[in-house]
Amino acid sequence: MKGMTVIVKKTTQLMAGLIFIYGIYIILHGHLTPGGGFAGGVIIAGSYILLILAYGSDFLNLVREESGSTMYENLAILIIILMACSGLIFGTKIFFFNWLPRGTAGELLSAGMLPLYNIFIGMEVAASILTIFLALVIFKERSRK
Amino acid sequence: MEAALSVIIGFMILGALYAIHARDLLSAVIAGGIVGYGLVICFLLLQAPDLAIVQIVVETITLIIMVAVVLDSSREERYSKPDKQAYLNAVTGILILIVLFYFLKAAAGTLDHFGEGTLRMAGPYIEGAHEKTGSVNLVTGVIFDFRGYDTLGEATVLVTAVLGVLTILRLKGKK
Repeated sequence: MKGMTVIVKKTTQLMAGLIFIYGIYIILHGHLTPGGGFAGGVIIAGSYILLILAYGSDFLNLVREESGSTMYENLAILIIILMACSGLIFGTKIFFFNWLPRGTAGELLSAGMLPLYNIFIGMEVAASILTIFLALVIFKERSRK
Repeated sequence: MEAALSVIIGFMILGALYAIHARDLLSAVIAGGIVGYGLVICFLLLQAPDLAIVQIVVETITLIIMVAVVLDSSREERYSKPDKQAYLNAVTGILILIVLFYFLKAAAGTLDHFGEGTLRMAGPYIEGAHEKTGSVNLVTGVIFDFRGYDTLGEATVLVTAVLGVLTILRLKGKK
């Protein structure tokens, strides 16, 4: 896949970081405002997809990137299962038990485990959508040779 | 509000019908995008911003990937003459349509009026979610606390989908 023109490259360079930070904002404020892990994760994956589409596949080392995103995806789902199992150890022994202190409602650090679940679900969604996209691009590049 | 919803759903149906019949695949993909973005406006009208954010982002990324695929392959749809099997399929489809309409008409009388009936569990969720989970956003409280199993299932489905995609594409790439 070839890259696009200079205008698209410069605009992407300026916008991709902002989109990435907006995704992180959506994830971190998931328990306060609309949004959450799924929406923020897809936005973060979108910023990477924008970069790859604008700069072409020569710009990034795609195979290395794909192995990295696969690793993060599997790590995130493992951490979610471990956090859910931690409810079986602390408090009243229930799967998915919210055992951390709740804090005052409306602050950034509140609602116990929910922000942590949001962060790792966001990691998982972003990594898996990026992995699917990278797998398609790599398959196309390889089949052309 | 129901009139606005009806107009948007009518546009979505028109877009879906055009997407089936368009000869140019690029315009079919873009007409399919009408369905997704119309759904976003429906969610906003029904006051569900969480769903609207997810739907608009997923729709945009899907559309980008589909456009990239269509631009790379041939844009013309391959057309073949209908044979015996196609007529059989059409007859079966029409029969299933008649049966579905019959049962829909039978069941439509027993349904609640649009937007009024609530599930039995909705009341306790709405009243107790804030105290029990400490989350201001009620949707997050429900999907990560009361319905944690559902979220775990969705995440597992994503992982499985990625594994399937990687497996299929690797095998063909190695050949």
